[in-house]
Amino acid sequence: MRLRKKARQPLLHLLLIPICLVWIYPFVWMLFSSLKTNVEYVGAGLRLLPESFQWENYSRAWTVARFSDYFQNSVVITVSSVLIVLVVSALAGYSLGRGELPGKRWILLGMAALMFIPKGYTIIPVFQIIKHLGLLNTIPGVILAESSGAHVIFILLFMAFYRDLPKELEEAAEIDGAGFIRTFGQVMLPLSKPVLTTAGIMQFIFTWNSFFVPLVFTLNKPELRTLAVGMYSFAGENSVDYTGMAAGAAIALVPVVCVFVLFQRYFVDGIAGSVKG
Amino acid sequence: MSFRRKRKIAWTYLFLAPQFVLLAAFTVYPILMSYVYSLYDWSGIGPLNDFVGLSNFRAVLEDSSFWNAFRNNMIYMFFLTVLSLPTTFVAALVLNLKFLRGRTAYRTLLFLPVVTTAAIIGIVLKFIFGNDNALFNNVLISLGILKEPVGWLADPTKAMIVLIAVGVWKLFGMIMIYWLAGLQSLPSEVFDAAKMDGAGYLATVRYLTVPLLLPVATVILLLTALNGMHVFDMVTTLTGGGPYFATDMVDLYIYRYVFASGGFPQMGYASAAGIIFGLSIFALSVLLGGLVRVSGGKKAKSDAGWGG
Repeated sequence: MRLRKKARQPLLHLLLIPICLVWIYPFVWMLFSSLKTNVEYVGAGLRLLPESFQWENYSRAWTVARFSDYFQNSVVITVSSVLIVLVVSALAGYSLGRGELPGKRWILLGMAALMFIPKGYTIIPVFQIIKHLGLLNTIPGVILAESSGAHVIFILLFMAFYRDLPKELEEAAEIDGAGFIRTFGQVMLPLSKPVLTTAGIMQFIFTWNSFFVPLVFTLNKPELRTLAVGMYSFAGENSVDYTGMAAGAAIALVPVVCVFVLFQRYFVDGIAGSVKG
Repeated sequence: MSFRRKRKIAWTYLFLAPQFVLLAAFTVYPILMSYVYSLYDWSGIGPLNDFVGLSNFRAVLEDSSFWNAFRNNMIYMFFLTVLSLPTTFVAALVLNLKFLRGRTAYRTLLFLPVVTTAAIIGIVLKFIFGNDNALFNNVLISLGILKEPVGWLADPTKAMIVLIAVGVWKLFGMIMIYWLAGLQSLPSEVFDAAKMDGAGYLATVRYLTVPLLLPVATVILLLTALNGMHVFDMVTTLTGGGPYFATDMVDLYIYRYVFASGGFPQMGYASAAGIIFGLSIFALSVLLGGLVRVSGGKKAKSDAGWGG
């Protein structure tokens, strides 16, 4: 029994380490492929390491394949969408969790119903709205489409957070002469940093990885493509520049992986929250 | 009502206004219009004046390509769910063992595919599975499993197998986190008592963990199945629905009628297809939601809008 107890730790690692290596091998392979020459890539077989690091694959992807534009578009769209979604859902969460709101029950019920109601292909009407606003094939159009809709998880997170704050906070602020807005902006919002982080990280990862919306809303404007869409068209056009594509993929994936690794606690909490109910 | 209180209520409504506007314009209106468009023959340009009743629906239901995409979608969803639920559960059990060192590191590594861009992963994996000389074939040949390279994405059945395997890999970490959240919400006293009674680990899992987790399990089942219904990004870049539409999915089928170049866009027809698919997903969630109710689970708060 004692021996079994002692053996189980190394045995589990012996099982888990190979699994994890295989699991992330596609990423490792992608990174090393991005540093080979195309000739070397084709003949590489199982050899992982490049003969010498070909950093010019990255400069080729960055300039010739326009990944500098795509990167900039991805950053602008993602950051704007995160800011919009945070403001909108924090305000809504505060009003639902803290404010005096006649008919609150109905608002929450309506929101829940919207999630479950059978929907058609709603991107067509969204496309029409963006078109009528004159925002088709523009960056603001993509940002609006990315930030739209109900961010129910975020609203619920903010709502629960603001609801559970002590009532004295508000009273103290009011005695100091702060109105509704100042109480929110100077007292409540700074306190909700954990929820802001969770919602911000989730929306960041979500928008950065988004493919369908930027694809549809930039169909006629190659210079507005995001990394995901740009990568897709690159793969369609230059299907022989493997190492350039691997470099492009690395440019697109490394930022989101870094954000995740740095903030994973918040992200995982947000995901886990959706089953705990 | 005092002036002060009235003002506070007004502010509260005002705070709700931005979300309300976004919701009305980009959720409620699109849902309504997706039904309206389905009743017209409409290219998306010009007025909506060619009312055709339910004939778009009839046309969709009579189109064998639609049913092909629908069938593929169901196959994908079924195998994704059946393969990932038990495996992620075991992984969560292992990574929930208190004595295991480096649990967070393992969790992070297994979670990595979830946070990466599906469309880009599709392209990278196309290189790994794609041609005769690609990595996957090279590995299998050097291990002695294969003698000749196999065209993994050129054969209808194999392409679907690759797609399902990749889907499981991509979603695995997320479902595992669902399970871990469920495991960590279980009352620890019950497990302490079982330990005092001398129950072994496997018996504890079989007679305590599994029955206690059943409500959560049904919620996870629902979330996973819904996730398997929408698979646009990865399929578009990995197989493009091919070979010969063998991995075509409903989202790709509809997309072609709306956005693909060549020919007139058929917004009405696409909307009808979207509604038929939406109703199918609704039926699936009602069915699985019933299971959640029976098992005593709580309603999941969120839509399964992640990964994909």
